[in-house]
Formats: sequence, C-alpha cells, structure tokens
Amino acid sequence: MAHTEHTPVVRALYLDDDVVLDAVKSLRGKGIKVKEVYSPFPIHGLDKAMGLKETRIAMAAFIYGLIGLTVAITITSYMMNLDWPQNIGGKPSMTWGKNMPAFVPIMFELTVFFAAHLMVWTFMIINKLYPGAEPQNPDPRTTDHHFMIEVAAGEGVVDALKDTGAIEIAEA
Amino acid sequence: MHYESNVREPLILGDKSYKDITVDVARPVETAAPKAWWIVFSISLVMFLWGVGCILYTIGTGIGVWGLNKTVGWAWDITNFVWWVGIGHAGTLISAVLLLFRQKWRMAINRSAEAMTIFSVIQAGLFPLIHMGRIWMGYWVFPFPNQYGSLWVNFNSPLLWDVFAISTYLTVSTVFWYTGLIPDFAMIRDRAINPVQKHIYKILSFGWGGKAKAWQRFEEVSLVLAGLATPLVLSVHTIVSMDFATSVIPGWHTTIFPPYFVAGAIFSGFAMVQTLLLIVRKIFKMEAYITIQHIEMMNIVIMVTGSIVGVAYITELFIAWYSGVEYEQYAFLNRATGPYWWAYWSMMTCNVFSPQFMWFKKLRTNLIFTFLISIVVNIGMWFERFVIIVTSLHRDYLPSSWSMFSPTFVDIGIFIGTIGFFFVLFLLYARTFPVIAQAELKTILKSSGESQKKHHDPHGAH
Repeated sequence: MAHTEHTPVVRALYLDDDVVLDAVKSLRGKGIKVKEVYSPFPIHGLDKAMGLKETRIAMAAFIYGLIGLTVAITITSYMMNLDWPQNIGGKPSMTWGKNMPAFVPIMFELTVFFAAHLMVWTFMIINKLYPGAEPQNPDPRTTDHHFMIEVAAGEGVVDALKDTGAIEIAEA
Repeated sequence: MHYESNVREPLILGDKSYKDITVDVARPVETAAPKAWWIVFSISLVMFLWGVGCILYTIGTGIGVWGLNKTVGWAWDITNFVWWVGIGHAGTLISAVLLLFRQKWRMAINRSAEAMTIFSVIQAGLFPLIHMGRIWMGYWVFPFPNQYGSLWVNFNSPLLWDVFAISTYLTVSTVFWYTGLIPDFAMIRDRAINPVQKHIYKILSFGWGGKAKAWQRFEEVSLVLAGLATPLVLSVHTIVSMDFATSVIPGWHTTIFPPYFVAGAIFSGFAMVQTLLLIVRKIFKMEAYITIQHIEMMNIVIMVTGSIVGVAYITELFIAWYSGVEYEQYAFLNRATGPYWWAYWSMMTCNVFSPQFMWFKKLRTNLIFTFLISIVVNIGMWFERFVIIVTSLHRDYLPSSWSMFSPTFVDIGIFIGTIGFFFVLFLLYARTFPVIAQAELKTILKSSGESQKKHHDPHGAH
C-alpha cells in the first residue's frame, strides 16, 4: 500500500486496547485521519470508531453457497437423470424432481464446500495474505502486546498523539 | 465494556498480562522438547511405522489378509473408520458450536481440539481407501468423466454421500483451523530470533499484520465458518450413520441412528480432547489457561452425551421388541446374550455407566479420574461401533452361513498404526504450532482474567 502514496505518516505505540479505542475517537474528533491501527487481537468497536465500512464477506459467502448448490443440482441431474439414468433401488431416475430427496446430502455438502472455501480464498486475496508475504505490520511488537495507530503526518499530530497516551511516537 | 459478572469463574488464572499470554503460548515452540515428548513421540512413531508396514502388506497382497469372511464383510476397518470420524466431531463442536453460543471457555481449547479433528479425520479417511483393495483406483469415488460411457458415481448411495461429506468436512475444518492460526503464526514470526525459524513462520503467517480492516473481516469469516461448520459436523455423522441405516440389515435399519451417532461422536470426541489436553496442559505447563473449570465443563458434556447414548441404546432395545419383527428382535437379543455378549456389555459399562460418575463434582474436577474415564469412554465407543457392525452381520438370515470374526495381526496392526499416526501428528503440532488461540484469548483477558476480575469487584479493595 505504501507504494501507491508516499505521504509521510506518524506512528504511535500504545499498551492498552481501551486506550487505543479512546485515542482513535479523540483523534478523529480533532479531524485527524486515522490511517491504520495494528493490533495483536481484534478490538471490539474499533471498526466503527475508525469509520470503516461493514465487511460484505458474509454476503460473498452466501453467493458462493448458491454457486455450490447450483453445481450440485447440475451434476446430479446431468449424471443421474440425463446422461445415464439407471434404476437404483427403485428410486425414480426419470425426473430430477422426484429423485431429489436422495441428492439432499450432496446439495448440502457442496453448498458448504463452495461457501467456505471460496470465502476463505476471498479473505486471503482482499487482505493480500499469501505464503511468504512480507509482514504487513511495521513494528513486530504489534502482534505481541503493543498497539499501533498510524496517522498522516501534519501539524499538531504528534502533540495530539501524545495527549492520547502513546508510549512511543515515530515519524516515517 | 470489559465487564463480566463475578459469579462467573475466571477463565485465565493468575496475574497474566497480554505479554504473559504471548510468552506462555510461544514457549513450547521456542524451547527444546521435554524428555517426555521424545519418549511418547518415539513410541508413536514405531506404532505408525508398524501400521504403514501392515497397510503396504494389505495393498500388496489384498484384503484377504484381514480377518473378513463372506458373512462378516465389514469389521475392524469400518469400526475404526467410524470411531475416528466420531472422535473428530468434538473439535468442530468446540470451535464452531461453542462460538455460535458465545461460550468463551472454548478459546483455550479450540485450537488443539480442531487439530485433533483434522488428525483423526485423516485416520478415518485411510480405512475406506485401503478397504477398496485397489487403492490406486480410489479416485473412482469422484465423478470424473471416463471411457466407460461415461459411467458416473451413484449419487443415490450413502457411501458416496460419505465421500462428499468427509471430504468437505476435512477440508473445511482445515481452512477454519488455518485461518485462526494465521495471527498466531504472525506472533511467533515476530518473536523468532533464529533466521530459519523466522523464515518458516513468515511463510506460514501469510504476512499477517493485524490491520483493523483485516481483523474486522477475520471475525466475520470466523463467524460464517462457524455457521457453516455447525450443520456440516451434524451432517457428517448423520451420513456416516446412513451407511448403516439405509440398509435392510436387522440392527442397522433404524431411524434413530443419525441423532444417536452424532451424540456418540460428541461423547467420544470430548473424551479424546480430555485425554490430549490433560497431557498438553501438564507437559507444556498450560494450567493457567486450561483450568479445572475447562476440564469440568468438558466432563459435563461427556456426562450429558453419554446419557443420551444410553437412552439411545435402551430405545433401540425397546423398538426392537415393540416392532414385532422377529429378525430385529433376534439381532438385539444376540447382541446382548450371543457369542459377542462381552463386547456388548463392555460397551454398556464404558459408555452408559462410567460417565454417570461425573454427576459428582469431586470426581469431575479430579484430573486423574477424568483421564481414566476419558480412556474408558473411547474404549467403549470403539466397542459400540464393533457391536453395531459385527454383531449385526455375523448371524444373517441363513444359519448355515453364520460365522464369527477374529482379527488377524494385520487388522490389529493397522489400527495400532493409525493411533501412532494420530499421536505423531498431534505431537508434532504441539511442538511447532501455537497450541492455544492466543489472539482470541487476549480478547477475554480483561473480562475473564483472574486478577483483572478482582479489579472489577465492587466490594474489593479497588
């Protein structure tokens, strides 16, 4: 992300999640844009405090599930009822509709399979996560017990960060 | 915001900080393995290699080397398959169902329980594969276009539903587990000093940096995966039970099987989680995170599901009598009083009687007793599958073809081999993976940590 815009940023480290949440609220109140927050665990309410939009990944999973269901209906009807219909235990093989109860497990499993896998792939891609990727956090301590707020550099930003209880401030 | 009633017991004992959680979870990965680990690992490895030998012998010679005969065509192989799949269920139950029910105590145990799920489903998957005899044709279970017509797989068959259910279950559990592991791998990566170790964890952590948007999506993905995994886990053992229930064999042809198998699966799975976690918490000194309360909660689940299984056994007997079908009646009479009476009564003692001790708080909070019961329960659940499969088959409609099953050394060797393989995988996991979902655990430290809770106490010193 850094290679698209080279605006200098100020990074402040904190030791407590509640302090970070209050800091984000007060910085935004002062009109300072909080560019990013790095934390070792999810902080509840942070996305709202930062003004992040709600994620639509659940809706994506729903659509992937529908794709899986469609695949299941397609393969069962083609293979069992169109391409090579057989009399198996007297089950009605001439129409998919009447044969359908026997396919419910397959329809369910493929729905889950597509929804889960494609959602996780989507999650990895939109977050730019892949094996061997460079760590996204500028400071290794933010996966341990530190929290980092990143704001665009500007006048009064450092003082504002100091007021919020930052333990370390660095310009980069 | 970080408040929880003082009526609730703390889930993290002692005076722990975020830093302490990091250090405690990373310790097994960063320090040399204790001697006990090497001893157990060596034994497991030998068992595993013995199993590999027996599997290769089976593949090379044919499944005639097993004790199967023309009356008993399914025996230890399918018993072991169902046993291992069932054990796997507890992991998903803990990580998915308890997530949906917002049970915070899952957080200390979900990582290891899910690892157990994946490793036991791997063992389970081995049995249908080697039972095919010609394992190199294993891909025929998938609907590939072929030169026979195309001749497709039979989507009406529960055996094929099983292929789809187990494949979906194994792969979805794996991505669920791995997604949760990414932030914890990042934690180990950021602490690593050894460059080789740092590089390996850099690859494993996918570059995770804990950005706010990433966490927001992470939580949504976990929730949706839990929502998908919950019906999935119920479907898997339901479909396994349909392998039997949709047949017309007396003793198998019962509609009670799906819920009865699912309850049994949770029962045996929780017992295996107990066995593993009691060892993990001792060897890796995780007593502050996997507390007596966690053990007690799991014992209550074992007690409840064990009782459900007991009710199912009795219902089966009642329905066999009430149905008026003499073949059905004979199948159950033969189970309890026939030549396999010892297997039936082992099952009854281990599964129905032994969990009832957990009504007593003294016993369900006793670690040694819990460990013993957890092993007894898994022995019982193995017998349950053996009883269902072998006793229903060995005396069929023609008394002239009645026979008994006795396992050969190959049957026994493969079963021992899968136990070895399971422990090899679990022990390697315990040494190289963060065994506790530390990022998740940190979110409840302020509300459920012992010393943090004291600060909230309105009548306390604070």
